[in-house]
Amino acid sequence: MRIAVVGAGPAGVRAVQTLVAAGHRPAWLDEAPDGGGRIYQRPPAALNRDAKMLYGFEAKRATALHDTLDAMKPRTDWRPDTFVWHIRPGVKRLQTLHRGVQAVVDYDAVLLCTGAMDRVVPVPGWTLPGVTTMGAAQIALKTQGCGIGSRVAFLGSGPLLWLVAYQYARAGADVVAVLDTTSFATKARAAFGLLRGGATFAKGLYYIGWLRAHGIRIDEGVTPVAIEGAGSGVTGLDWRDARGRAQRVDCDAVGIGWGLRPEAQLADLAGIPFRFDAIQHNWVPERDLAGRTSVEGHYLAGDGAGIGGAEVAELAGARAALALLQDAGAAVDAAEAARLDRALTAAGRFRVALERASPYPAHLAAGLPDDTILCRCEGLRVGELRAAAAEEYPAGRAPEMNRAKAFTRTGMGRCQGRVCGAAAAEILAAALGVPVDAIGRLRGQPPVKPIPIVAPPAEAVP
Amino acid sequence: MTTSCDVLIVGGGGAGCSAALHMAQRGQRVILLERGLVGSQASGVNYGGVRQQGRNPAELPIARRSHALWMRMPELVGSDVEFSVTGHLKLARNDAEEAELIAYLDTAREHGLALRMVGRNSIHRDYPWLGPKVVAGSFAPEDGSANPRLLSSSLARVARLAGAEIREHTKVTGFAHDGRLFRLTAEDGTEFSAPVLLNMAGYWGGAVAAAFGEAVPIKPLSPNMAVTEPVPFFIEPNLGVVGGNVYLRQIPRGNIIIGGGHGESDVSGGRAWARPLPEVTLEMLGLAVALVPSLVGVQVIRSWTGIDGQMPDRIPVIGPSGTMPGLFHAFGFSGHGFQLGPGVGAIMTELVLDGHTDVPLAPFRIGRWRDAA
Repeated sequence: MRIAVVGAGPAGVRAVQTLVAAGHRPAWLDEAPDGGGRIYQRPPAALNRDAKMLYGFEAKRATALHDTLDAMKPRTDWRPDTFVWHIRPGVKRLQTLHRGVQAVVDYDAVLLCTGAMDRVVPVPGWTLPGVTTMGAAQIALKTQGCGIGSRVAFLGSGPLLWLVAYQYARAGADVVAVLDTTSFATKARAAFGLLRGGATFAKGLYYIGWLRAHGIRIDEGVTPVAIEGAGSGVTGLDWRDARGRAQRVDCDAVGIGWGLRPEAQLADLAGIPFRFDAIQHNWVPERDLAGRTSVEGHYLAGDGAGIGGAEVAELAGARAALALLQDAGAAVDAAEAARLDRALTAAGRFRVALERASPYPAHLAAGLPDDTILCRCEGLRVGELRAAAAEEYPAGRAPEMNRAKAFTRTGMGRCQGRVCGAAAAEILAAALGVPVDAIGRLRGQPPVKPIPIVAPPAEAVP
Repeated sequence: MTTSCDVLIVGGGGAGCSAALHMAQRGQRVILLERGLVGSQASGVNYGGVRQQGRNPAELPIARRSHALWMRMPELVGSDVEFSVTGHLKLARNDAEEAELIAYLDTAREHGLALRMVGRNSIHRDYPWLGPKVVAGSFAPEDGSANPRLLSSSLARVARLAGAEIREHTKVTGFAHDGRLFRLTAEDGTEFSAPVLLNMAGYWGGAVAAAFGEAVPIKPLSPNMAVTEPVPFFIEPNLGVVGGNVYLRQIPRGNIIIGGGHGESDVSGGRAWARPLPEVTLEMLGLAVALVPSLVGVQVIRSWTGIDGQMPDRIPVIGPSGTMPGLFHAFGFSGHGFQLGPGVGAIMTELVLDGHTDVPLAPFRIGRWRDAA
């Protein structure tokens, strides 16, 4: 049986481990040079930092995952630096790109562990040099040992806000402000549910406490106004505090981020149905607890199947591999499967509380001024998308997201809406006066990320 | 409950929406029924070439008629749908292809289509970015390109303003004639009736014709398309080749749209699923590099396709039904109907309301396969 696993983050590593233990030798494809996923992304060899410095509280977990990753490589068809840009569920084929060379991988069953990326809300000025996402700010620190600036403000919501601010401060950056768009009251209401999170919740409290203890300016329930700057970069950040008062801080870099969104393009191209998850406020591919989908032979695990975080991804990877093996007729450890199911169910409850404590600020996106850049790839402003909701728009009213894309080019650029899509949906839905889940989602189209045109071999051209 | 009108149109592509507009402008009560959103398939997701050069000579009178409408597009729909007269440069990559270009000059002259040869001495001087494989070209200065995502919906908007009813998400599942009126039933049970029915349903036009006893040998066709990231503008004309295995154009924003070959589709059980094929995409990119070598290193950001209907002789079915008075067909544009769409709507309106049109339609008659057999 030909099994393929896409992704070598927490979900992919545990999935492969389970498959190898059952005697399989899967094809294992990962976009990064040496696996680890975004959360445990490995630095280049030249960056001499120990795991504790790179991963903090997560060092033990990161090291364990890396050890398993390394142990599994020789027992699989390990293909690092390999980008899967298309999937054909009918003929069960992955289209891959490895250092400029195209290839295909045929499979009988595939497990997609494609991870997540930052979810953002545009802010006036967000295209200035020096503004980056929270996840990218963290990766710069983890894999390159550098920060996004020397006087850094962080703006957003969710666990990453506090973690990245903490990591930057510890690394020696001058963290000038940590601004949470979620109000203290919202978080307090979710606190009881968050207690389920145990260690995860405790770590979050620790970061916040540490930042406060070190005198770092923290403001909650903020409304971003603008990132200020000149052509050369960021010079400051303006916001209104919870009481509506104008606030400002000088800075040379801003990290922004409002949780994560699944990188689910391959699941989409595989024909797996999606649903709008109102708690996560994301479109997610439909799967059962074990990671099975309605498309035979196609399984999902990790954040690419709906945001759950790294610990959940490890559980889900192992569980989906068991589901795959079971469906292939293998005898699997039922007790282990049941244990994973219980752990995943419990983790799901904590995730609900976490999402409630840091909801996607849909109102901020919907309320953006017309002249704010929305789709940075295409240089489109918010007002250009809003206009497509009007009856008198020259091509007629765009009743849903893909039509709005077709009319305005929103989400048609290099990122294919991965960056602006979430906010664009809020803007269009608000302009149409309908709930955001009523306007659909940007459909996936190959390639899932850009691929270069290469010179064909001389004899191949007629 | 049955909704009645003067003219029912099935299919909201460029031709159907143009017919709705022209019919409404002449006072007809029109209802257009579209299975998805207007312009969702061949008319909306094609390459965007607005080209007369290289067409089957039988199509040229329609193309000429349509060209006149394209030139009036802002007046017709209130926007230019990004129609731009860039010229169309058709390239030859060997002697045989060059001979074909030369032979077509006479055809163009007969139909009043401006066309000039760009010979071996001038092709690389005039277009220094072309690769060495290119030996000659023929240039049609009136041709150009437009944004296919805007055409059908823009026509539909003004058709509505003119009084036409455009019903989207209305999939017709029942076709009947009661001796006096056509009776169409949508998937949700809604019924429509009219004395005149225009079948402009693209690939699905074959099923409409079959429902009235005149099946045709139509197949789904999914042209494979891709677009690059924006790069500095340098390719002014719309480019094609003899044989048509690759075509490309650059829009002023900088993106280069490349087409060639065919994707995959599934039309079974009422589905309308189509996808580009990766190996076809890669092959056409290779062919594109042979034309324009500096494309190497440019990133492809998206690929797509849709569903058109292809006839064995690669020209559409246009004209009255051979079995059912009041039924008129215009479908099966075989991958090159985008330019024709606006003109076809006007021609169909004349055919129905005036009983005749100046454009010769004999080559497109639906009975041509039966005649041959």
